[in-house]
Amino acid sequence: MADMKKSMSKTSKNNYITYAMVIAIFIVVQALSATGNLSRLLTGLLVPLCVYTIAAVSLNLVVGFSGELSLGHAGFMCVGAYSSALFSSVFADTLPSVPRLILAILIGAAVAAVFGILIGIPVLRLRGDYLAIVTLAFGEIIKNLINVLYVGVDENGLHVAVSSAGLNLAAGGKQIMKGALGISGTATLYKDIKDYFFLIGVILILITLFIVQNLVNSRSGRAITSTRDNRIAAESVGISVTKYKLMAFTISAALAGVAGVLYAHNLSMLKVSTFDYNLSILVLVYVVLGGIGNLRGSIIATIILYALPELLRGFSTYRMLIYAVVLIAMMLFNWAPAARNFRSRILERLRGNRKKKEAA
Amino acid sequence: MAMLEVNNLSIQFGGLRAVDGFQVSIEKGRLYGLIGPNGAGKTTVFNLLTGVYKPTEGVIRLDGEDITGKSTIEINRAGIARTFQNIRLFGAMSVLDNVKAGLHNDHKYSTLAGILRLPSYFKAEKEMNEKAMELLRVFGLDGEAEYLASNLPYGKQRKLEIARAMATNPKLLLLDEPAAGMNPNETAELMKTIHFVRDNFDMTILLIEHDMKLVSGICEELTVLNFGQVLCQGKTAEVLSNPQVITAYLGE
Ligand SMILES: Nc1ncnc2c1ncn2[C@@H]1O[C@H](COP(=O)(O)OP(=O)(O)OP(=O)(O)O)[C@@H](O)[C@H]1O
Ligand SMILES: [Mg+2]
Repeated sequence: MADMKKSMSKTSKNNYITYAMVIAIFIVVQALSATGNLSRLLTGLLVPLCVYTIAAVSLNLVVGFSGELSLGHAGFMCVGAYSSALFSSVFADTLPSVPRLILAILIGAAVAAVFGILIGIPVLRLRGDYLAIVTLAFGEIIKNLINVLYVGVDENGLHVAVSSAGLNLAAGGKQIMKGALGISGTATLYKDIKDYFFLIGVILILITLFIVQNLVNSRSGRAITSTRDNRIAAESVGISVTKYKLMAFTISAALAGVAGVLYAHNLSMLKVSTFDYNLSILVLVYVVLGGIGNLRGSIIATIILYALPELLRGFSTYRMLIYAVVLIAMMLFNWAPAARNFRSRILERLRGNRKKKEAA
Repeated sequence: MAMLEVNNLSIQFGGLRAVDGFQVSIEKGRLYGLIGPNGAGKTTVFNLLTGVYKPTEGVIRLDGEDITGKSTIEINRAGIARTFQNIRLFGAMSVLDNVKAGLHNDHKYSTLAGILRLPSYFKAEKEMNEKAMELLRVFGLDGEAEYLASNLPYGKQRKLEIARAMATNPKLLLLDEPAAGMNPNETAELMKTIHFVRDNFDMTILLIEHDMKLVSGICEELTVLNFGQVLCQGKTAEVLSNPQVITAYLGE
């Protein structure tokens, strides 16, 4: 029984370390910024960093824990971003900014989740790597669809069309989504809480971690990982593979939607071209290099790989070279057998010492 | 009434009738052996019984219930659990979590309760931990509860698979070559454990095995399969002395 307690406390300790790391980083950044040690450039990176962190942690749920490859994470961020920005614009005058933002986050998450379910139900029944192909297509289709979509609002309600003229807005109506020009002015709707966006981003990271960490360390999480490790064995003990893969995929999509909401509300210009295939791949790179199934690793990899190219702008000639070296170094650190052995030896030694101390 | 009653079970893979008119009747509480040369169709019988393959013909009854054509999940819920010839553990999960995955349908709480850590989470997890540790103790794996399943030595992986199957609280346990890859000591110990499980958990066991010592040591009845068909069936001693069986299987 003593062993049991130890194993429980080990996972929860691990969870707390991750929360503590995020909070510590937040405090350091706040201190730097309060003392004027944070450049304008870096300050501008903070909220996007939160966006990518949420995206990476949520993608890790699918790639790392349910063992499926998704190449459409940007698509879910996109639908979260647009649905929530649309909501914020429509209710700009009716709701104060805090409840409006909270509702916008929930709407972004819900819309992304619905898309997750719609894609997941047909695809996750199939065995094989169909998810990668379908999510890739989804991301591109959504992008192209939004690219031609015009939405406006007037006293008669919401108008949707594929051209500006097609909206037929009554006098006094306003255009919100303008095709390739996207949605503008969302951030200005939140001018009063603009300074708190980094704090909001960190809170959203903590909520994302709370959901994903608690999920993976629960009955449903075990079912999700069992479908990754061995599909046939999972069914043989009565676990529905489709159900749990769908659950992981949908929760991941909803959280990607939240990342999209944060992104959209921090910008004065929301353009659909941001949410292309490259963004999905970028987030996937953070997940893979941070370690598949390792949530803390996803956060660290995102911070290093997102901030690095920006910090290196001064060394423009060597920038990509240094970036490439760091990429390779991280990959080796996380994936090379020798490095993995080395790390597990170190870990064991640390644990061994601790055990000895406890025993003594 | 028999625990397992199979009639005229057949499956066709292209031109090959891998299992052809298989039939067996296993009483509750039996330790029953399924033997036969390589490629005879033994594992295919297990795959048919557990719904991995759908039979082309035949009827399968478990404890009186017709389970023919049901899905693997439904069949597990009806009461059949199995192990695999090529070990299929949840390799990147802990030994304890492998067994807890087996308890999935036994101690339920909602996903939301898990995320929000509601009281039902703590209650069910505590019960699951206790039950899983109890099972691990039966198989002498309680000391390795925190290890990754894939880091266990081969013999212990086989035992863990049995423990995981047992966790689903089955009426009938199917073991596909449980002693494969074990040394004689491990095999002897495994035989004891299988006996213990049958006696203490009120279990009916059907096992496939090549190790004749194990088969003659613990199986009360046998079916010999050859080219997908039943060659001979009955009490272990009688079957093993049947001249047909000796030429088809034991002679080689
Ligand atoms: N999915 C499948 N598709 C086609 N042929 C199959 C399939 N599964 C099994 N077979 C064939 O059916 C026959 C019986 O295979 P099976 O695995 O049941 O044999 P076995 O008695 O378990 O043998 P072994 O002792 O080697 O484990 C073999 O000829 C095999 O190649
Ligand atoms: Mg076999």
